[in-house]
Amino acid sequence: MLKQLSSREKRVLGIFSFVLPLLIWCAVSYLPFVWHPQMLITEAGDVDYFQPGMRVGRDVFESEYEAAKSAGKAVPAGVPANPIYLPAPDQVFTAFYTAFTMPPEARDAPRLHQSLWHSVQVIFCGFAISSAIGVPLGILCGAVARVSRLSEPFIEFFRYLPAPAFGALAVAILGIYDGPKVAIIVIGTLFQQVLIVANTTRKLDFALIEAALTLGTRNAKLLSRVVIPGILPDLYRDQRILLGWAWTYLIVAELIGTTSGITWFITQQARYQHFPNVYAAIFLIGIIGLGTDMVLAALGRRLFPWDRPTAKG
Amino acid sequence: MDQIVNAPKALPSYLDQTPAVRDRFGRLKNREVILRVDGLGKTFSSRQGTTVALRNISFQTHRREFLVIVGPSGCGKSTLIRILAGLDMQTGGQVLLEGKPVAGPGRDRGMVFQGYTLFPWLTVKKNVMFGLEVNGAGTSQAESEALQWLQLIGLEKFTEAYPHQLSGGMKQRVAIARALATQPRILLMDEPFGALDAQTRCRMQAHLLEIWRKIDVTIVFITHDLDEAIYLADRILVMKAHPGEVQELIEVPVPRPRDPDQFISDSFLATKARLEEMIYSAHGEAEEEEEAYPMVARLTAVGDDVE
Ligand SMILES: Nc1ncnc2c1ncn2[C@@H]1O[C@H](COP(=O)(O)OP(=O)(O)O)[C@@H](O)[C@H]1O
Ligand SMILES: [Mg+2]
Repeated sequence: MLKQLSSREKRVLGIFSFVLPLLIWCAVSYLPFVWHPQMLITEAGDVDYFQPGMRVGRDVFESEYEAAKSAGKAVPAGVPANPIYLPAPDQVFTAFYTAFTMPPEARDAPRLHQSLWHSVQVIFCGFAISSAIGVPLGILCGAVARVSRLSEPFIEFFRYLPAPAFGALAVAILGIYDGPKVAIIVIGTLFQQVLIVANTTRKLDFALIEAALTLGTRNAKLLSRVVIPGILPDLYRDQRILLGWAWTYLIVAELIGTTSGITWFITQQARYQHFPNVYAAIFLIGIIGLGTDMVLAALGRRLFPWDRPTAKG
Repeated sequence: MDQIVNAPKALPSYLDQTPAVRDRFGRLKNREVILRVDGLGKTFSSRQGTTVALRNISFQTHRREFLVIVGPSGCGKSTLIRILAGLDMQTGGQVLLEGKPVAGPGRDRGMVFQGYTLFPWLTVKKNVMFGLEVNGAGTSQAESEALQWLQLIGLEKFTEAYPHQLSGGMKQRVAIARALATQPRILLMDEPFGALDAQTRCRMQAHLLEIWRKIDVTIVFITHDLDEAIYLADRILVMKAHPGEVQELIEVPVPRPRDPDQFISDSFLATKARLEEMIYSAHGEAEEEEEAYPMVARLTAVGDDVE
C-alpha cells in the first residue's frame, strides 16, 4: 500500500526524519521539566561533600537542602541537569567543531580525523580483499551449478560463525596491528558477500541467457557479455549494502590487538568522560557512512543509465 | 431480391486454390527442405507425474516458407519451438536442419520471444551488433551491418536509445533485427506480437512480411490469433492439445501479396472457418477436463441491470 510520493514530498520527509530526533534531543536537553533527573551543583553551601560542578540525584539534593535549611546552615544551590553521558546538542556540536580546529589536550594523541582516516583505511582494505574473492566466487556460484553445490554449503555454515570469535586467532597469526582488524572485516563480509552475489546472479532473467544462446553465445562469452553486465546494477547495490555491513564490524575489529582508529578515540574520550567527543565521533561515522552511500547511489545512476528507474535504491 | 442479397453466401472450400496459388505452392515445394521434424515427442516428468506435451510431430518446411503454427493454449507450441531452437531436448524423434540433427542452440536458428528479451544494458545498435560480435565479427563490421538492419526495420533514429525507452512494437522490431543479423537459416517466433495492442500488431505483421520478402529466411511463427495466422502464412500447422499432436497442415489459399483487405475475402473466411472448426471442437473436449467456470454471484441491487 505504498503510495507514490512526489519528489518534493520525499525530500521534505527525508529532512524531517532527521529533524524530529534532533528536536526530541533538544527538548530533553534544554527543557528543565523534561527528564533532568539530576542537579548540577552551583554552590555547595554547607553540605560538606557537595562541590560546584558536581551532579547529584534530585532526591539527594532535596534531602540535603532540607537538612541544611532546618539546621540553619547555608543551603546548597543547583540547576536541573541531565546525566553526564547525555550532553546537549550544542556541546556535541562544539566538540565536533573543536575536534577539527583545536589540537588535542594530550600532546601525542592522534586527532579525530587522523583516527578516522586510519579506520577508513582498515575498512577499505578489508572490503577490497573480501570483494576481490567474494564477487567472482559469488558470480561463479550463481552461474555454474557445480561451483554452487561445491562451495555454498560450507559458506552457509561458515557465515554463522561470528567474525569477532576469530579475533584471538587472527592476532596469533597476523600480529597485533592492522592485520587482524582487516581479517575480521574480511571474515565478517566475505561469506555473506558470496551468498548475496550468487543470489543476485541467479535472479538474472533467464530469458536473456536463452536469447544470447540462440544468437550463438557460449560459455565464457555468456558470462562476460550477458551474466556480468546483466547483474551489474544489482551487484553494485549489493556492494553498497555490504559496505555498510563492513562498517558495523569496524568497532569490534579495532578493539582486537592494539585498539586503534576511531575506536581508540572513542574509548579514550569515554575514559576521561568527554562524552560530547564520544558522540561527535559516533555521529561522524554515521555521516561518513551515509555520505559514502549517497555518493555511490548518485554514481550508480550515472553508471547504469539503462537501469529501470523504479528499482533505484 | 432482398432475400438473395442477404442470404449467407456459401463459402468455397479452403482446399480450393486458384491456379496462381497452386503454382506458388508447387514452386515452394520444389525448393529444398530446410527443416525436417520427424516423429518428435516430448514428455515432461515431475513428481506429480508425467505430461506428454508433444507426440509424434512430423512436418517439413521449405526454404523461404512462412510456416505458422496455431493451436489452443497448452497444446505444446512453445515446447515445440523451444526444441527447434535447441533450448529444450526432445524425448523422442529428431529435428534436422538442412539434413543435420539439431543439438543445442545455435546461430543458424534465430529466435524472437513473446517477452521482451533485448539486453537492457545495451543500446539498440549494440543489441543488434551482439550476435555478430560474439560470432567473431569486428566492431566496425558489426556496426555497419547493424546500421543496415536498423534501416531495414526503420529504427535508424533510435540507434543510441536503450530498450526501456522503446515502445513494445519497437522492441520487437529490434529483436527481429537482432535475430536476423546473424543470418540464421530459420527464424523462430513464439507469439512475438502477443503482447502488442491490435493496431501495433497489424503494422508489425505487414512489417514482418516486408522483411521476409526481402531476405532469404524461413520463418516458423507461433500464434493463437487465427487472422494473424492466415494473413502471414504459406502453410498453417494446426495442433491439438492433450497430447500435443498435429491435426492438419493447411495450405492457405489466400493469394500473395497479402493485404488487410483480404480479411473478408472468401478464401480467407473459408480458411478461418476451417481453423475455428478444428480448434474450437478440440478445445471443447479439452475444456471438459478442466474445471468449469464458477457462476459469479450477483453483487448489484435487483433491478439495477445493464442488459
Ligand atoms: N517445464 C515444464 N514442465 C512440465 N510441464 C510442462 C513444462 N513446460 C510445458 N509443460 C506442459 O506442456 C504443455 C504444453 O505447454 P506449452 O508448450 O507452453 O503450450 P503452448 O505454448 O501451446 O501454450 C502444457 O500442458 C504444459 O503444462
Ligand atoms: Mg506458448
